[in-house]
Amino acid sequence: MMRKLLIVIALLASPALAQASSNNENLDSVHIDLADRLSLQKGANTFVNYCLSCHSAAYMRYERMASDLGISEQLLKDNLMFAADKPGELMVTTMAPTDAKQWFGVVPPDLSLTARSRGPDWIYTYLRSFYHDESTPTGWNNLLFPSVAMPHVLHQWQGTRTVHFEEVDGNKHFESFVAGVPGQMTESEYNSTIRDLTNFMVYLAEPAKLVRYRIGFWVMIFMVVFIVLSYTLKKEYWRDVH
Amino acid sequence: MMQSLLHWIDERFPLTKVWQEHMAQYYAPKNFNFWYYFGSLALLVLVLQIVTGILLTMHYKPDSTLAFASVEYIMRDVPGGWFIRYLHSVGSSMFFVTVYLHMFRGLMYGSHREPRELIWLIGVVIYVALMAEAFFGYLLPWGNMSYWGAQVIVSLFGAIPGIGEALAEWIRGDFVISDATLNRFFAFHVILLPLLLAALVYLHIVALHKVGSNNPDGIEIKKNKDKDGKPLDGIPFHPYYTVKDVFGVAVFMMVYLAIVFFVPELDGWFLEKDNFQPADILQTPPEIVPLWYLTPYYSILRAVTFEWLPGGAKLWGVMAMGFAIVLLFFLPWLDRSKVRSIRYRGWMYKTMLILFAVNFVMLGYLGTVNPGHVDLIWFKNVTWAQIGLVVYFAFFLLMPIYTKLDRNKPEPDRVR
Repeated sequence: MMRKLLIVIALLASPALAQASSNNENLDSVHIDLADRLSLQKGANTFVNYCLSCHSAAYMRYERMASDLGISEQLLKDNLMFAADKPGELMVTTMAPTDAKQWFGVVPPDLSLTARSRGPDWIYTYLRSFYHDESTPTGWNNLLFPSVAMPHVLHQWQGTRTVHFEEVDGNKHFESFVAGVPGQMTESEYNSTIRDLTNFMVYLAEPAKLVRYRIGFWVMIFMVVFIVLSYTLKKEYWRDVH
Repeated sequence: MMQSLLHWIDERFPLTKVWQEHMAQYYAPKNFNFWYYFGSLALLVLVLQIVTGILLTMHYKPDSTLAFASVEYIMRDVPGGWFIRYLHSVGSSMFFVTVYLHMFRGLMYGSHREPRELIWLIGVVIYVALMAEAFFGYLLPWGNMSYWGAQVIVSLFGAIPGIGEALAEWIRGDFVISDATLNRFFAFHVILLPLLLAALVYLHIVALHKVGSNNPDGIEIKKNKDKDGKPLDGIPFHPYYTVKDVFGVAVFMMVYLAIVFFVPELDGWFLEKDNFQPADILQTPPEIVPLWYLTPYYSILRAVTFEWLPGGAKLWGVMAMGFAIVLLFFLPWLDRSKVRSIRYRGWMYKTMLILFAVNFVMLGYLGTVNPGHVDLIWFKNVTWAQIGLVVYFAFFLLMPIYTKLDRNKPEPDRVR
């Protein structure tokens, strides 16, 4: 009886669980691989050189990033620490919040946890959805995040493009991109750069992710042994219960 | 040496006596099944939550400007901090998993029936205290969902006519959720409710050991005793159930730790996406929902949409939610059946119990989605929630009738 009940409840609950995670936005999916250290290092390079000019990752320390990604202290100091003096410092931007407010209208949000609050697919899609738009203060706009205050910082890589919209019942619908000034990268190079950056931001959002699967694997093996032993013990004790 | 030390203690404290009465000579029915693991597992989770909670308090800062960063500090800079934090955050959900299954066990086998009414009543108080504990704890990370969740729940008190708004303000200590609220919720979460929970769990076990455990057959093992006065169908709790519970603990910990190490967010069910953004009074999350263990009641609250009711829909929604919990206290007296266990009950109680369980899961799911959407078949979510509300109350309010009419099977004399 109880076993049947359990199965009934589990079956009824499963579609609900599956549905709850569905997302309405059309996001391009990105391949995340935290074992790909080269990708994480490239992403870190892009992040520190571009993102960190305006945004902070104020919960993260340079030193931790360097040791997790296998970057030597000298390499870190020479190439990745523009906004700090000591490796133990937090990754805070040098842009003063008051300046940022004046220049962009908003203080750029902290990026430490963006991969957890928005998700990696969102970041990957967002950074590939900029287009030139004369009507905005920065001259840039974004398909995923319309009227965003952020300009297209990586436009020299991706190139300049505009968007052709189709008017349907007074609503603007995305039709196609119109190529403008070409960038220094091909489309696949740019996508791969953004993928590395996204990969890095997933690491940045939860550095423990690098170790938790590995430790978890051994914990599971230990638990299986523990289960077998405790079951054998129980069986031995219960032999005389009829 | 050990013997004389024990003797010395026993002269001054009933150590051996307590051990005998509650472990070595506490006779439990020999036919406990799967469902009987969850009581001891809930106790295990309580202990784990207290231990991990103490460790977290060493680094957490209950200050609205520091709280969010201090949680990230624990996640990154405190050695092993992420593990302790995930044990605690996943632990809160596991606590409710074990408690819900433990309560459902009671409903199945009639553990709430005479002479165990007080065990059930203390249990329901534990459940309510646990919901309060979870609610207060949820504000502490000071994420955006923490903030707005607390805002919504506290504002419910505002629905009480006359004193409502003043009461909500008194609870918050401010006009909105603020630093003052965070500090008092911290005090409740780490001192008041853990103390209360520990005391209540103690009473729960004392009451249980006074009358003895029920079992899947719902019959008293004390009716059949041997010449020494020991129940024929009973076995000493120690070593039999201690070794059995160790096995239960092993399986449970494997599931628990698998979540902790591989999916600590459980796709937004245990840690919500919006809570990785710091609390922001200017930015309301698109959907404000409590975590899954409170959503059945949240669904009942939102199901009452009838603005023509005197005092407004919100007041009646709050009352329905409160009544849904209050009804649990009356369960032992609503149930008029002659038998305890579902094994010997008729089809009516079986049907109602399955319906109630499925309905409770449905209400829980509906509490996490937009009421205006259609996520199940046929109706909008809010309509399903209204049906769910009726089923929830029907289970309790019609219980005196259907348990009386039900054609039960004869109970055996001895457990199977």
